[in-house]
Amino acid sequence: MKYSYYPGCTLKNKAQDLDRYARLSAAALGFELEEIPEWQCCGGVYPLGTDEIATKLSSVRALNHAKEQGQDLITLCTACHHVLKRVNDDMKNNEDISTRANNYMQLDEPYKGETSVKHFLEVLRDEIGFDELKSKVVKPLEGKKIGAYYGCLVLRPGKILEFDDPENPKIMEDFIRALGGEPVIYPYRNECCGAYTSLKDGGISQERTKLIFDSSSGFGADMLITACPLCMYNLNKSEADSKVPVYYFTELLAEALGVKEGE
Amino acid sequence: MTKQEIEKNVELIREISGCDPYKCMRCGKCSGSCPSFNEMDIKPHQFASYIINGNVEELVSSKSLWKCLSCFACIERCPRNVEPGKLIDAARQLVERERGGDHLQAEDIPELLNEDVPQQLLVSAYRRYRR
Ligand code: SF4
Ligand code: SF4
Ligand code: SF4
Ligand code: SF4
Repeated sequence: MKYSYYPGCTLKNKAQDLDRYARLSAAALGFELEEIPEWQCCGGVYPLGTDEIATKLSSVRALNHAKEQGQDLITLCTACHHVLKRVNDDMKNNEDISTRANNYMQLDEPYKGETSVKHFLEVLRDEIGFDELKSKVVKPLEGKKIGAYYGCLVLRPGKILEFDDPENPKIMEDFIRALGGEPVIYPYRNECCGAYTSLKDGGISQERTKLIFDSSSGFGADMLITACPLCMYNLNKSEADSKVPVYYFTELLAEALGVKEGE
Repeated sequence: MTKQEIEKNVELIREISGCDPYKCMRCGKCSGSCPSFNEMDIKPHQFASYIINGNVEELVSSKSLWKCLSCFACIERCPRNVEPGKLIDAARQLVERERGGDHLQAEDIPELLNEDVPQQLLVSAYRRYRR
């Protein structure tokens, strides 16, 4: 199976591990990530204004490219995922935005949200299946107590993202189980880490990440996993005493599949 | 602001956000969910009433504009679909769309950098703090 793949700017730079381990794991699981040629940065945050059109066009280009290839579009960065899924929803369901974006794009055939946007984790759950994944694991993460840190962008708004139950998600816990680890469920797993405020003022993210680490460590986690490079950054910069190591979920995946040292 | 300017800005906030502040029942669920509640001077459950009552000048000069994380917790949980996170984003845009209203200047970026800053952080802040 071949998917169109939108890596995003961070995975080409500071979050290369998130990308590299995903590609190695996909190969081991028998699917291929075909990078969209000349993709442009999605902007990292979804433009909330109903009159903001130009800032949504880089996403429309990527979505339309996948449509032309007849492929589903895969993302790894939760921010890219959020932006692409929401713009796709606009193109499908918001006539005003869709018309105005298509007026800019001047495509042979207007783009109407035909592409299906999937997070890498959704592919593991819905197309590969966690049972199948489990059967491919050669180095189970035995004895590891792992807290899933979802953050915000991959879950909310639940009606549009349709990724998992936004208040009680389980996809990452099921993923951890498939790899042979023990998931640790803790209250702050879907609470914000401080997001982009850490650029100008680290105060909020220090406060938030302390709550996240206190909560996850309190419930016994030895490590956290994330799919978001900004969460990774904010968590790593935390000065909390309860801090534990944080990994991209793809790193643990590649390790369990025995392909971590490949390439 | 003159009365006319206030009315125009109320209209603009409603247009940009696509939200109806009149549906707010002040249940406080948004403020109860907000990770930046302590940092905000005007709280999420008050956004709608500031707009309804025409207190736009106070709202656009509020520090809450720069404390909202766009985490969408209030948007997920608002039982009346008022979606206060969108209202505050629209208020922020009123400010940023004016000349000199940006909260982040390109010249400031070099000194905010460290070697770990992910690209995502830069573009996100750039998008949310300026237009
Ligand atoms: S979310 Fe990020 S990493 Fe992803 S392309 Fe967009 S900005 Fe860049
Ligand atoms: S940085 Fe963290 S809190 Fe933020 S978007 Fe990633 S998930 Fe949310
Ligand atoms: S959750 Fe919605 S209805 Fe309740 S106070 Fe907040 S904006 Fe108003
Ligand atoms: S989106 Fe903004 S106002 Fe709403 S809960 Fe998050 S930080 Fe608070």
